[in-house]
Amino acid sequence: MKQNIMPAIRLTLFCAVFFSGIYTMAIWGVAQLTPNKGKGDVVEQDGKQHYINIAQGFTKPEYFWPRPSAVDYNAAGSGGSNKGPSNPQYLEMIQQRIDTFLLQNPAVNAEDIPSELVTASGSGLDPNISIQGAKVQVKRIAAARKIDELKLVKLIEENTEAPLLGALGTEKINVLKLNLALDKLK
Amino acid sequence: MNSEILGIIAMYGIVLLLAIPLGRYIGKIFNYENTWLDKVFNPLDRLFFKIGGINPDREMTWKQHLMALLVINLFWFLLSMFVLTNMEWLPLNPDKNPSMSGDLAFNTSVSFVTNTNLQHYSGETGLSYLGQLTLMLWQFISAGCGMAICAMVFNAMKERTATSLGNFYSYFVRSCTRILLPLSTIVAVILVVNGTPMTFEGKDSITTLEGKEQLVSRGPVAAFVAIKQLGTNGGGFYGPNSAHPMENPNYLTNMVETISLFIIPIAMVFAFGYLLKRRKLALTIYGVMTAGFLMLLMTSVTSEMRGNPLIDRMGIAQSMGSMEGKEVRFGAAASANWATYTTCTSNGSVNAMHDSFTPIGGMAALLGMMVNCFYGGVGVGFLNFYIFMILAVFISGLMVGRTPEFLGKKIEAKEMKIAMIIALLHPLLILAGTAIASHVYTGNPEEYASWLANPGYHGFSEMLYEFTSSSANNGSGFEGLGDNTPFWNIACGIVMLMARYLPIIGPVAIAGILAAKKYVPESSGTLKTDTATFGFMAFAVIFIVAALSFFPALTLGPIAEYFSLYK
Repeated sequence: MKQNIMPAIRLTLFCAVFFSGIYTMAIWGVAQLTPNKGKGDVVEQDGKQHYINIAQGFTKPEYFWPRPSAVDYNAAGSGGSNKGPSNPQYLEMIQQRIDTFLLQNPAVNAEDIPSELVTASGSGLDPNISIQGAKVQVKRIAAARKIDELKLVKLIEENTEAPLLGALGTEKINVLKLNLALDKLK
Repeated sequence: MNSEILGIIAMYGIVLLLAIPLGRYIGKIFNYENTWLDKVFNPLDRLFFKIGGINPDREMTWKQHLMALLVINLFWFLLSMFVLTNMEWLPLNPDKNPSMSGDLAFNTSVSFVTNTNLQHYSGETGLSYLGQLTLMLWQFISAGCGMAICAMVFNAMKERTATSLGNFYSYFVRSCTRILLPLSTIVAVILVVNGTPMTFEGKDSITTLEGKEQLVSRGPVAAFVAIKQLGTNGGGFYGPNSAHPMENPNYLTNMVETISLFIIPIAMVFAFGYLLKRRKLALTIYGVMTAGFLMLLMTSVTSEMRGNPLIDRMGIAQSMGSMEGKEVRFGAAASANWATYTTCTSNGSVNAMHDSFTPIGGMAALLGMMVNCFYGGVGVGFLNFYIFMILAVFISGLMVGRTPEFLGKKIEAKEMKIAMIIALLHPLLILAGTAIASHVYTGNPEEYASWLANPGYHGFSEMLYEFTSSSANNGSGFEGLGDNTPFWNIACGIVMLMARYLPIIGPVAIAGILAAKKYVPESSGTLKTDTATFGFMAFAVIFIVAALSFFPALTLGPIAEYFSLYK
């Protein structure tokens, strides 16, 4: 046992220098070559910076809304609801979200609401919704902004992100990008 | 075909294409053959040995291997305890996060040193950057440790009659520098280019489009996530792990991360075939593992894509499947796919919240960890499978009336006893742990109300999952469990310790004892182990020992919940 103690300590300390230090700094060095120097993807509009991958908690009727968040869109303490599929309290909450959505979007029928708009995401920061999730909000936004519905439908089409290579994964829309484009639309 | 399904087929296809050459490469590394990377790595390894004061050519017996492993692991634990309980005043703490309590630091240290990465804290608020980098160090070297000991077992199986079985430190350093380091660098660079943060600056504060303030956590994420995936570690930088849009920004990074969590465990099987020059046996093992894995995968994917019947009844459209706790950019199929990969390999990272999975999806995740050798963790997964092979050889040997031999060595009472103890340890730790927790909870449900986020059958599943994950050294969780309490921190800590070291000691002892025995050449009386018949036998043994011992517990949890949804 004794002959293992010194090698263990010395080897571990050098591993710390190498893996926590040199490896980390090498990756950090690569990050300095990327557009935002490894500080996350941001876009700027009207002098304000936004993290494009992080959902913002839109609540005003004139914006597209993201998915519900179990942590109120707190990007410094993210998380999901961790509610199980049979939990009665949880099911009641879903029903309330459906009712609220129908109240705020009177032109919509329940069967047109996609489930992701009333269920909380895993991170609480999901930046995306499905195409149907955006379309179902069009009437409300058109009324609030007093613009033509067709313009909004076109905007949704322009901002639709196809699956990877057109074949792998889901088709989706980034809510923040869509809203930024919406603000540019005059 | 559905693009979500196509995505998961592509992921498995790419893993397999990459794992075959990687397996060859790993085989060469452990066999000390020349590779084209030697020019870089020979001097680097020499530096490690020089500074470590190690003679890499000193041959060790299996007992010396174990001693070297245990001593270095003990030092890691002590160092980890020191850092985690003193983060407050140590450097690299821009967000001013506090130090950990004693029981939480114990749980976290054990968790990372044992390659489990169960997390009873949340990364954004519970760790400084120094704490994160310390844990990242364990992610590298605990994985290297598992691979080193697996290399020793390969070596022991290869030898005709031998007691000296290579040098532990040498295998260890080679695993870290020649396998984990280059792969991690590639993955980390892909992540950085796709927008995963890699910075030492603290939280950023931005104003949203609607004019509210939003804080955004950042950090040296990309370097951490790469080794988290590759070393079957699984502990995420952020609380929600790879569901977090910074840790896993898009479908491409999701594919890369999914592939990297799976590639080394599969490659180890091919490395075995290459090193022992027994390709047919390796293919038999791969076949058994893949059959089991595919059964779990298909169960999970269909269940998650079908969605929650109780939400269907509310009259809304569930075309994306069960979406609670999942992210739109991955969808239900890629989330269930990840869940199966991560539980079969003892990785434990997640890209969706397992607690919110449908009952059958959750059960598939549980079963992956209960079996724990359909590929399994880096190095140790193969050791778990080795135990089942020894059992299968013995049982089928008795059935056909032949002396049980494996790779030219007679298997006798001593090896069988060790194999049985190790095979039964896993169910014992899980079921006894869950039984104690359930007993404590039902004794005073009001006092322990904060334990369970969900009532009824699902609450039981949360406790069962926590112990299964600890004992499988997995680290994923039904995160609704309020697990940062002294009971859970200490109980899970003890389970993780026993479930890491005993299943290493057992197979190493068996391999060491067998290696020292006289080599018996194969004859017509030898039971063939590289045939489909033997593969079926091994599958049956795994099914009986692992799956059936858990069936009663599964009935009380996910199966009961399933029937309650459809009543």
